[in-house]
Amino acid sequence: MTTTLSETERLASPPAFQQVSARRKAKNMLATVLVWLSFLIAVAPLVWVLYTVIANGIKRIPYTNWWSQDFGSVLSDEVGGGVLHAIIGTLQQGLMCAIISVPLGLLVAIYLVEYGRNSRLAKITTFMVDILSGVPSIVAALFIYALWITTLGLPRSGFAVSLALVLLMIPVVVRSAEEMLRIVPDDLREASYALGVPKWKTIMKIVLPTALSGIISGIMMALARVMGETAPLLVLVGYSAYVNWDLFNNNQASLPLLMNTERATNSMEPGSVGFDRIWGAALTLVLIIAIINLLATVVSRLVAPKKK
Amino acid sequence: MRPGDRIFKNLSTGAGIFVVALIALIGIFLLVQAIPALGANEVNFFTSRIWETGDPSHLRFGILDLLLVTIYTSLVALVIAMPISLGIALFLTQYAPKRLARPFAYIVDLLAAVPSIIFGLWGILVLAPKLTPISGWLNHALGFIPVFGTGNVFPNYAGTIFTAGVVLAVMLLPIITSLSREVFERTPTAQIEGALALGATRWEVIRTTVLPFGKAGYVGASMLGLGRALGETIALAVILYIPRGRTFDWSVFDGGATFASQIAANYAEFNNPRSAGAYIASGLVLFILTFAVNFAARSIIGERKAD
Repeated sequence: MTTTLSETERLASPPAFQQVSARRKAKNMLATVLVWLSFLIAVAPLVWVLYTVIANGIKRIPYTNWWSQDFGSVLSDEVGGGVLHAIIGTLQQGLMCAIISVPLGLLVAIYLVEYGRNSRLAKITTFMVDILSGVPSIVAALFIYALWITTLGLPRSGFAVSLALVLLMIPVVVRSAEEMLRIVPDDLREASYALGVPKWKTIMKIVLPTALSGIISGIMMALARVMGETAPLLVLVGYSAYVNWDLFNNNQASLPLLMNTERATNSMEPGSVGFDRIWGAALTLVLIIAIINLLATVVSRLVAPKKK
Repeated sequence: MRPGDRIFKNLSTGAGIFVVALIALIGIFLLVQAIPALGANEVNFFTSRIWETGDPSHLRFGILDLLLVTIYTSLVALVIAMPISLGIALFLTQYAPKRLARPFAYIVDLLAAVPSIIFGLWGILVLAPKLTPISGWLNHALGFIPVFGTGNVFPNYAGTIFTAGVVLAVMLLPIITSLSREVFERTPTAQIEGALALGATRWEVIRTTVLPFGKAGYVGASMLGLGRALGETIALAVILYIPRGRTFDWSVFDGGATFASQIAANYAEFNNPRSAGAYIASGLVLFILTFAVNFAARSIIGERKAD
């Protein structure tokens, strides 16, 4: 009996006047099993999804034409061609989204931490950033549709997609940058003020660089996230099987849009051309996201404040 | 104040105001675009189950079916995801060896990094065929309960609310887990040690200290998950089968469309502004719905933090 005491029971044993009853022991056992089980239940789909993507996607991507050609010159049920057009679209739209949302998000975070502190407006802003992070991507897409296409009369394009993605990216950038700015010690700011450096220069030269590594990894994660978004693409841009470098005009492909288009137009029989294309594109997207995350880690390590 | 300071302060304050204004702008723009279509609508927007917007001169659209399917699918997902998330959060904070808790948490977070279209395709192409025997069995054994009754799609067809709910639940796990974990971690050590000193088993410690302390946070986290579920678009558009002419009837083996999946599935109709207006009107309802849910969730979590 005493040789098989679990960790908790041992912790509890000195003041325990009586033996833990079998009923309580059984309940404890059951809870332990359930808790472990639920963790395994969460890991299973992750492994399963990744396995599906890799096992099915690996067929097409080792060929150079997968990376160097588009689907424009091949039939929809013909083996061959590549996803260059979709990679270009994904990167362009993501990059444009980052160009707009990073400065905006950073400014909001700076306002919240450096200027707003506990003012009323700062509280409202924080709350609205939270609400914005809960806005569904399809609603963001409808908003840009109403603003960009109906009201301003501009064409459906990759840029319109970028604008919708901005709405989804801003709250993530604000959240992570805010967190990073807050942990910059006040001593640093005060030392700078004491030397007569103006506040804005203190923020630009002292506070931001100190927090930079964390901010960069936050931005990269947010970017990887929006690149996988699909809903705005459906409403705001059409699919093109050809390479289109023009972000502001005409249809433009991207990896999620390509996957959705193939699903809608091609047979999904395992082993068919459409099936291989979808999982090939999925693996390409996952690879791009993984590379971006990796880059984030490397870059943030490089710019991190040096420790003695 | 020096000019540089003034400019910088105004810039950053302006950015803050811009974000606040964005929310208002979203509401206003959607409303303005929806009004013409709502005016031309020939059936009641809130009580009709019809959705016929193909002919812009005869718009007939109501959201009742969309609303019910949206909420029902999200609830099915929550019923599956909530207990599992609770289990994971407890595992990560109370059971996992300290050294492994962080990498384990990272593994769960990875789920959030998988693009939702991949979840959708995996759900319908890979998971659904494995689920059909289970749904067939549920329908056979428990079919007398309306929830498991025969739905409006073929019994062995996979694009049901059941499949969608399971996939959606997987997508909600990281959201609910990460917030709950944060709250559970903050359980006062004195309380835990007190319970241990009284001879409580590990489960009793959790039941008497961790759960009461973290309850509000867990509920708030689940509501955030609900908000996310209500707005999930492409995974559901890929999975859910929209049956012709038959409406949702409270079975998990029904097909149907949510607000978001309906818009995503019919983007082709956006070529006409009137038809687009109908979808924008339904998008506005979705916006209000998610706003309300997120508002409530944030209030619960905020209250907790203020303590």
